[in-house]
Amino acid sequence: MFEAVAFYLFAFLTIAMFYITVTTAQALYALTALAAGMIFISAFFFILGADFLGAVQIIVYTGAVMALYAFGMMFFDTTRDVKEKNGNKFIVVGLATLAAVMVVAIFVAPIVSTNMQAFYPMVEGVGNTQMVGVVLFTKYLIPFEVAAVMLLVAMVAGIVLAGKKMDLSLTQMNAEQIKEIEDKDKKVLS
Amino acid sequence: MEIGLNHYLILSTILFAIGLVGIMRRKNLLLLFFATEILLNAVNIGFAAISHYYGDLTGQMFAFFVIAIAASELAVGLGLLIVWYKRHGTIDLDTMTSMRG
Repeated sequence: MFEAVAFYLFAFLTIAMFYITVTTAQALYALTALAAGMIFISAFFFILGADFLGAVQIIVYTGAVMALYAFGMMFFDTTRDVKEKNGNKFIVVGLATLAAVMVVAIFVAPIVSTNMQAFYPMVEGVGNTQMVGVVLFTKYLIPFEVAAVMLLVAMVAGIVLAGKKMDLSLTQMNAEQIKEIEDKDKKVLS
Repeated sequence: MEIGLNHYLILSTILFAIGLVGIMRRKNLLLLFFATEILLNAVNIGFAAISHYYGDLTGQMFAFFVIAIAASELAVGLGLLIVWYKRHGTIDLDTMTSMRG
């Protein structure tokens, strides 16, 4: 009973938040609606008994990803209204729904066709976090390490791309020095 | 009423469709990134639901790796976006026509 109430409540909230994210013309509204939707999605993970995944969802998505977007938006002009592509709405919605149904069919096909056997069954009386740790550090150790290297590469790439001239401080330079640097940039970039 | 696997899969489908509509409609690259995050989250719900209803932890493992990939994709993508904005002053998709394809 409570599970059903929680499911429908959070399903409605998540769909509403993501609908706002894809339709609003204000980038800031889209950002805040997306952050709220991420937190509501973690509620589904808690309902499904995936406690660790829910905690990771809150920490990584709303803590790290949304903060990074918020800082990234400081570089862009977000006060302007966003222009939209106004194509045929029926084609857009139809294609999107078709593709989504196909993705679910891909998920469901192995379940329908064969009797699915659990590779790493959940053990009664063992907490979710403990089980995740055991499986992650025995069966999925190599993918885990590869993911760690990938995150390191992404971090280095992010610093290299976004962190140019971070050794210079605009607040400690006078106007002529800043102008000089900007002129040099224009020559290089144009 | 009992909530089954189908409920979660239908919810996942709806969220995935919303994300795809966002990808097809948006011209601003930053909001396009938001739509891709929605897609990844929709798939994560599907993974977690199948993991729960079949008593198998593999789905949750895949969800963890999807989250890691989303984080690294965002770091690189946002860096590229900032570089593009510094050079051209706009992140509209229609202005990215330097290849004249």
